[in-house]
Amino acid sequence: MTTLASTHFVHWGVVQISLGNLLVIGLMIVLFALAVLLPFPGRHDRGER
Amino acid sequence: MTASSPSRNWTTALRERLSRTVPPGQALPDRQPAYVNSWIYVFGAATMAALVVVLISGGWLAIEGYTWWHTSSIGHFVNSLHLWSVEIFFATMVIHLWGKFFMASWRGKRGLTWVTGALAFFGSLGTAFTGYLSQTNFDSQWISTQAKDGLNAAGIGAYFSVTNTSQMLLWHVTLLPAIVGVIVVLHIVLVRRHGVVPPIDAEGMQLSSPDLEPTGAGRHELTTKDFARETASSPSGGEQP
Repeated sequence: MTTLASTHFVHWGVVQISLGNLLVIGLMIVLFALAVLLPFPGRHDRGER
Repeated sequence: MTASSPSRNWTTALRERLSRTVPPGQALPDRQPAYVNSWIYVFGAATMAALVVVLISGGWLAIEGYTWWHTSSIGHFVNSLHLWSVEIFFATMVIHLWGKFFMASWRGKRGLTWVTGALAFFGSLGTAFTGYLSQTNFDSQWISTQAKDGLNAAGIGAYFSVTNTSQMLLWHVTLLPAIVGVIVVLHIVLVRRHGVVPPIDAEGMQLSSPDLEPTGAGRHELTTKDFARETASSPSGGEQP
């Protein structure tokens, strides 16, 4: 069982967030950036026609 | 009433209302506009897929009961399945929200689609919160005693008690999923009615293309071929959005 005492927290001024939550938010931002930037498989770009 | 006159009973009225809401062919389309060929359009469907796993694992937990999910190995597994499907549900829903926000997806009479999406988000927050309260462990006790102070300070603690486990469990498994379910269905119906929102720089192309195929309700959508032709003839150089 994970207890509060075993949870790592990141402190930044008045901001305090658990490491797990910070990692999940970071992963979501990375996924969003990849979804915008990466081409979708089977997409017909101009050069491929 | 004769056999030749059209029937005007409530089933006919409902059928006609449904066909006006989502015209035939739009409810379950087998083709989408070319601009949907992007990963950012995947997250709405991913949210729905996660919701299905949430509902199945939650239903399984409800059937077996809390002693089962605390003591048996399969119970632990299904409990974790429920937690992680909720994590994926929220992560994909928020990425879906970011994508739709930055493409201003309330354009083209899609305001109600945006509003139902927001309501589904806030309804899901309440369902997740009562889920934390229904764990029946020290974590749920801690969260409930912390939350009651905030809710009492806001003046709504007189109407329900977050420390009442059975009340919160019933809200979690019946009331809130029913509300979220109705809102999600409305959201999907509205998406099918108005179509998937185009990227901001693709809107002008939709209006200018002379020979698009109608897809119902007087609406036109670009197919992959139309989109390629439009981008090739675009004076801006035809960059894909």
